Amino acid sequence: MSVSVWKANQRRLAPWLFLAPGLLMFAIYVIIPICQSMWISFFDWDGLGEKQWIGTANYVELVDDDAFYTSLKNNVIWLVLYMLSVPAGLMIAIFLNQTITGMRLYKSLFFFPFVISQVVVGLIFSWFYAPGFGLLYNLIELVTGTGVAVLADDRYVTYGIIAAGLWPQIAYVMILYLTGLNNVSPDQVEAARLDGAKGWKMLWHVVLPQLRPATFIAVVVTVIGALRSFDLVSVMTDGGPYGSSRVLSFYMYEQALSEYGYRMGYGAAIAVVLFAIMMVFISGFIWKMWRDETER
Amino acid sequence: MVHYLKGSLALGAILLSSTAAIAQQRVVKYNADYDPAPLAAMEQIIADFEAANPDIDIQLNNFDHEGYKTAIRNFLTADAPDLANWYAGNRMAPFVTSGQFMDVSDVWEANGLKDSLGSALASMTIDGKQWGIPYTYYQWGIYFNKDAYAAAGVEVPGPEGVSWEQFVQNCEKFAAAGIDCITTGTKALWPGAGIFDYMNLRTNGYEFHMDLTAGKVAWTDDRVKATFAEWAKVQPYITKNHAAIDWQDAAALLVQGKAANYVMGNFAVAVFKEGGMTNDNLGFMGFPEITPGLARAEEAPTDTVHIPSGATNPDDAKKFLAYLATAEAQNKINAAMGQLPINKDSTVADDPFLQAGFKMLSTADGGIAQFFDRDAPAEMAKAGMEGFQEFMVKPENLDKILDRLEKVRARVY
Repeated sequence: MSVSVWKANQRRLAPWLFLAPGLLMFAIYVIIPICQSMWISFFDWDGLGEKQWIGTANYVELVDDDAFYTSLKNNVIWLVLYMLSVPAGLMIAIFLNQTITGMRLYKSLFFFPFVISQVVVGLIFSWFYAPGFGLLYNLIELVTGTGVAVLADDRYVTYGIIAAGLWPQIAYVMILYLTGLNNVSPDQVEAARLDGAKGWKMLWHVVLPQLRPATFIAVVVTVIGALRSFDLVSVMTDGGPYGSSRVLSFYMYEQALSEYGYRMGYGAAIAVVLFAIMMVFISGFIWKMWRDETER
Repeated sequence: MVHYLKGSLALGAILLSSTAAIAQQRVVKYNADYDPAPLAAMEQIIADFEAANPDIDIQLNNFDHEGYKTAIRNFLTADAPDLANWYAGNRMAPFVTSGQFMDVSDVWEANGLKDSLGSALASMTIDGKQWGIPYTYYQWGIYFNKDAYAAAGVEVPGPEGVSWEQFVQNCEKFAAAGIDCITTGTKALWPGAGIFDYMNLRTNGYEFHMDLTAGKVAWTDDRVKATFAEWAKVQPYITKNHAAIDWQDAAALLVQGKAANYVMGNFAVAVFKEGGMTNDNLGFMGFPEITPGLARAEEAPTDTVHIPSGATNPDDAKKFLAYLATAEAQNKINAAMGQLPINKDSTVADDPFLQAGFKMLSTADGGIAQFFDRDAPAEMAKAGMEGFQEFMVKPENLDKILDRLEKVRARVY
């Protein structure tokens, strides 16, 4: 009996059986925690005592929270400026896509920043900016007479951190484009050359269209990298000076988990907002991938 | 089978004979966050305690100091030890109100601690009960570099300190000599709170400061503004870029003579001396009087040990707390930490800064404040310290800062 049920439905059941381990993991580690965060965001909870239902009060407070808008604004700056890593990575990749002796060494040197841990990148740039002994500080002092402590100035601090973040991100994008350039068909380049295409025209009309998959991946990793920027902020400024370099992920950590943070509900509400923002991009990416696959 | 049985019996007998005591020992798990020197002292104290109580085995589990502050929340709820380090004042309030710390009033009662640890009683009491045992504290004040004073041609203050007018005048002279009058490093925010605490204690007194940190006074109150008005007098002379440096970096500025004064806790002395300063050129004075005639209050944060409510062996943990409260134990650990014992029968180590601090604290008739982040609840503390940092960079934003703090106060309390 049971054997015949299996036989009758084998084709329908088998895929689900194969998917089951993955689905289970995905549910436990992704879906359920997301739902839990949303649930917690409706409570006032210090993480220790009793939870208290307060409805949407956390969200109402967010709307009136200056620090939240600072974080949101910084997240937007991150998103926009982080995108610079895509053209910059492409330029370096094209520059490095030559056959000279020792090219592998240069490639790996350019890739090096991505290999270093973000924490170390943050530390190196903190020293670079440090008032007193920092290289950049001393350079500015030499030129203008007064040094600028980038990380102590609320006008420059976010840009200073983004510059640190771009360093490894450009290397990452570069490696994506380098693999992409390997797949550019030489026939087409040759044909274009016979038709008289050169320079920008060649890049724009012949090479770039073939690099589309690499560009797509580069944009995806850059958007996500910008939105989850946390480690650099934490290492370089701790959100300071006076909270002006916070981003949403760091603000969430500060409110819920840091030394003075005992507001799990409020932190969860920030996380939900961040999730909603990410969802916009992720849905866009998924929609594009789905469209590309069905077109084929 | 018989063979194995014999073997295991023999093995058991050997184990029994060698560790007969251990078989009956009751374990007390202790989570702490000591630096190396105090850790060694605490291990010594535990050894002494175990020698006197052979049936108790204290297992010390030492954490990294910064990591401990966030780890404690996890282990209190998930896997509670029998003893845990923490801090006095409002800093322990979240754990007390959520029922994570055990009431240890009986230990205070049975050992007469309300008398012997009397100076810390108020900061250990919430709802009329005591929630832990204090074992060390240290003074805050102004540490200064005598060489920097000499370089700027400013008279070196004596042990009685200087007046506020004199201090501000000195700052002008330091500025003329290219030396920072006051240095601090507020990257981690809290060093700035030390300056605020003293400005407020000296301008408005202990009661007002306690009311402010307890949320009973508005941040937009004129008396708070008076505090910031005094602070504004020295604000231009505070190290620029303090928001980008840690307190240790600022200590280096003092050591190098690039800064003259540093409002800090006594733990900084070790860093100054590592940097090459000696008792000859490192000076200490109390914070100058601002409003004449105010009872002098000082700042002295207290470190404590508590019993989590989830403790499995609270009875033996209480025995250890009682021992930690004795003058003997407090002498030992404070000699190693370079800090002040709380027990009134204990002795202060022979060190000029500790002696000066002890004298200053024992004659403070206004009261002893803990520290801004221990007197105020966590959320208020964080917002406040950010505000202090912003004020020291952009004093023109004061009204905006105070409005923001008032908004936080309305929500927190």
